[in-house]
Amino acid sequence: MNYSDFLYMRPELSLIAVTIVLLLFDLFTGAKVRAKYMHPLACVLLLLHIVLNVFPMHEDVSLFGSMYQSNTITGIVKSVLAVSTFIVFLQGYNWLKREDTRHKQGEFYVLTLSTLIGMNFMLSAGHFLMFFLGLELAAVPMACLIAFDKYKHHSAEAGAKYILSSLFSSGLMLYGISFIYGTVGTLYFDDVAGGLTGSPLQIMALVFFFSGLGFKISLVPFHLWTADVYQGAPTAVTSYLSVVSKGAGAFALMIILFKVFAPMYAQWQEILFWVIIASITIANLFAIRQNNLKRFLAFSSISQAGYIMLGVIAGNAEGMTSLIYYILVYMVANFAAFGVINVIEQKSGGKVNMSDYDGLYKTNPKLSFIMTLSLFSLAGIPPFAGFFSKFFIFMSAFSAGFHVLVFIALVNTIISLYYYLKVVKAMYINKSDSPIATLRSDGYTRAGLALCTAGILLLGLISAVYDSINCFAFGM
Amino acid sequence: MNFLNLFVIIPLLMLLGLWLSKNIKQIRGVMVCGASALLALSVVLVFMYLGERQAGNEAEMLFVSSIEWYKPLNIAYTLGVDGISVSMLLLSSIIVFTGTFASWKLQPLTKEFFLWFTLLSLGVFGFFISIDMFTMFMFYEVALIPMYLLIGVWGSGRKEYSAMKLTLMLMGGSAFILIGILGIYFGSGATTMNILEIAEMHNIPFAQQCIWFPLTFIGFGVLGALFPFHTWSPDGHASAPTAVSMLHAGVLMKLGGYGCFRIAMFLMPEAAHELSWIFLILTTISVVYGAFSACVQTDLKYINAYSSVSHCGLVLFALLMMTQTACTGAVLQMLSHGLMTALFFALIGMIYGRTHTRDVRELGGLMKIMPFLSVGYVIAGLANLGLPGFSGFVAEMTIFVGSFENQDMFHRVLTIIATTSIVITAVYILRLVGKILYGNPVNKEHLKLTDATWDERVAVICLIVAVAGLGTAPFWVSDMVSDSILPVITQLSVH
Repeated sequence: MNYSDFLYMRPELSLIAVTIVLLLFDLFTGAKVRAKYMHPLACVLLLLHIVLNVFPMHEDVSLFGSMYQSNTITGIVKSVLAVSTFIVFLQGYNWLKREDTRHKQGEFYVLTLSTLIGMNFMLSAGHFLMFFLGLELAAVPMACLIAFDKYKHHSAEAGAKYILSSLFSSGLMLYGISFIYGTVGTLYFDDVAGGLTGSPLQIMALVFFFSGLGFKISLVPFHLWTADVYQGAPTAVTSYLSVVSKGAGAFALMIILFKVFAPMYAQWQEILFWVIIASITIANLFAIRQNNLKRFLAFSSISQAGYIMLGVIAGNAEGMTSLIYYILVYMVANFAAFGVINVIEQKSGGKVNMSDYDGLYKTNPKLSFIMTLSLFSLAGIPPFAGFFSKFFIFMSAFSAGFHVLVFIALVNTIISLYYYLKVVKAMYINKSDSPIATLRSDGYTRAGLALCTAGILLLGLISAVYDSINCFAFGM
Repeated sequence: MNFLNLFVIIPLLMLLGLWLSKNIKQIRGVMVCGASALLALSVVLVFMYLGERQAGNEAEMLFVSSIEWYKPLNIAYTLGVDGISVSMLLLSSIIVFTGTFASWKLQPLTKEFFLWFTLLSLGVFGFFISIDMFTMFMFYEVALIPMYLLIGVWGSGRKEYSAMKLTLMLMGGSAFILIGILGIYFGSGATTMNILEIAEMHNIPFAQQCIWFPLTFIGFGVLGALFPFHTWSPDGHASAPTAVSMLHAGVLMKLGGYGCFRIAMFLMPEAAHELSWIFLILTTISVVYGAFSACVQTDLKYINAYSSVSHCGLVLFALLMMTQTACTGAVLQMLSHGLMTALFFALIGMIYGRTHTRDVRELGGLMKIMPFLSVGYVIAGLANLGLPGFSGFVAEMTIFVGSFENQDMFHRVLTIIATTSIVITAVYILRLVGKILYGNPVNKEHLKLTDATWDERVAVICLIVAVAGLGTAPFWVSDMVSDSILPVITQLSVH
């Protein structure tokens, strides 16, 4: 083992460094300095981390007796997650600077970055225990983040719900992993793949493992915690949960299904087939009835998770590329939506209901415009990026022969369009006697929203992003 | 750079200009400049196209250019035009031009209205110039979504219901189209989405064609008001503001017919032959049922909307007859219906703007009060019922002659049934003209109303000139179109 091998762990090491610096800064500076410089410092350091890791390495590495594995695709994914976290930092500021959270904003950054480190290890794991360690590191601080507004009843309740369902899913997953160990006799990914034959016990293992990760991605039928937690958590955390946590889970699931459970392709395809149909359809039907926008986006994100899984079920290179691309596009659109909700919630004293948004266009044209763009992108309407990502993911699933599945997913896009348009209708068409007053957002939020808007408009029309994911992932 | 790109670039510049505009004058300036530029461009395109053809260029599509877009997925931004798309571009630019004038005094949120309106026309132009399936589909959807806000915000009556119904039905159609496109692409095993190349390969297995053809045809048929998927159309038209009704009935519904012809029938000819009987029956129902429905309506816009269902049904009907004459007639009908429906909706909007009612029972004697608009209305009505000298006659004549060219009983019987729509059209048009224009004014308040202003006159006169022009000198259009029909007809008869 050469010390230069540690360089391959750049993404994790630099994140750990950033976290430690922020922790020390939080500990050893005065309240005034902290209030003034904490947020810029966190943003700058994270940005540095992104710049340092933006170009993934072009080789497959395997360290510590292949406990840690990394390749270009995980490199890209880690960058995507880091950028997402950066946007959360930008948008979270107008919540963090509030009187009741200001003194503990340092904790927010450290906790968020800890979960990010956990996710990075989860993606690079080469061993089931390593994977589980990463997963837990991503889950436990997350519960603290959800309960961050601890004086609020909803927030504390959501934290408890999250930690309980998270524990339960971890338990299930561990049980599944123990089956794997029992039948194969090893937990190294490379060796497990060779020993899988599709025996009943291994199918049980697959089901348990899948259920465990299904909780994290909130696929139906493992979605029951989602709406309550999304509603209760502070909006910045909700957006982190709905994009970063879900995205990391989806990537990890894809990697493990492709790498470890490859011999059991037929079995997991069968499971995914029904889970996708259930996720998309049920979440869509529930989303129609929601009035609270955070709950609404929770159900929307469950159905989006179903669409994301279309890239996994395809099981081909196109599917992998379009999955990464889909998550990237979903990220900018969802962040834009949550960014707007966050601004309005913070500045208007907690208004998050759809009926509060009546007549928003009259008073806040820019915010409603961004909201419209993001909802259109989520619904898959051109020329916004969502159209392209949906088309490509359908294309990959179609090319693998899942014609009926694609058709069902397509019919569901119409249902989803209906509820996305309901929000647009509230903002543009409905009239209100007491619309939300004209708001001014701070620079960080604006930067975050501008970044997302640019993403929504450009990620699709400019093919470079898709092409480079494709190139990096599969060579020229 | 291919100059066809201008059809996309000009609307983009218009969007930018509108974004930056500060007051109503600047907005109008941008719209008039942009719309005139588009009109001029499409006229120039017609002459360039005819010039190329005369010079002996016999390629299927002219001015073809291609830029690779998503290379791993074989998606390219490929442009090209033939006679059909050239005439459709001309139609669209005329309607955009007149639509601008027809919404001259629109309030409130003028800027936003024109932004969405321009985005809509961007989609329409893009659709007609592209020959790559993905690009076409993208522009198609770009053209659909602005309708929701245009109707929902600026419409009248049950606008929210209509807007949602229209959007969901059309988007449902586009879901069918998307799966059809994927089916065509993977079924043919092509390494391109270019329609011409896929047509040339001509190797989609018959069994697959029989799945993807109906999906694609219904998908586009929804927009072409194919029975029983036409129900969005009356509500949508009735609730939409004037210019949007014009653009929608005039151009958007043509996207349906064009797509059916260009994608469904061109790429899957065997299935088109096999299954055309189902759709022929459906379109015949559209034609007759639409005309009968128009007879019993009392709202001016509903009358015209049902008349559109009937006339657009005739477009699909003629396409499915699959003779060169009938298909030429179909394209002529698209043009003719586009122009005269736009004229109708423009006039209805202007009358409604004055009387604040569209109920036939509350109108009467308008000829004395607003002679200019009334004369325009009479002309539109006569064109609609197919009076020789106007475009409607040329189109319908060609369609029925072409349809009767089919030798078998089935096609001939359906043709005879469809011809009855001419008589029914005459019934509702003459009844309408007699009721609202002649006789004594029903409401004394109406006597105080004024006739058309200059901006309204511009819109009406442009459209009347176009309708009459197409009616008196149809040859240059029909020749241009008929040449371009030929490749598709050849494809259809190869089987």
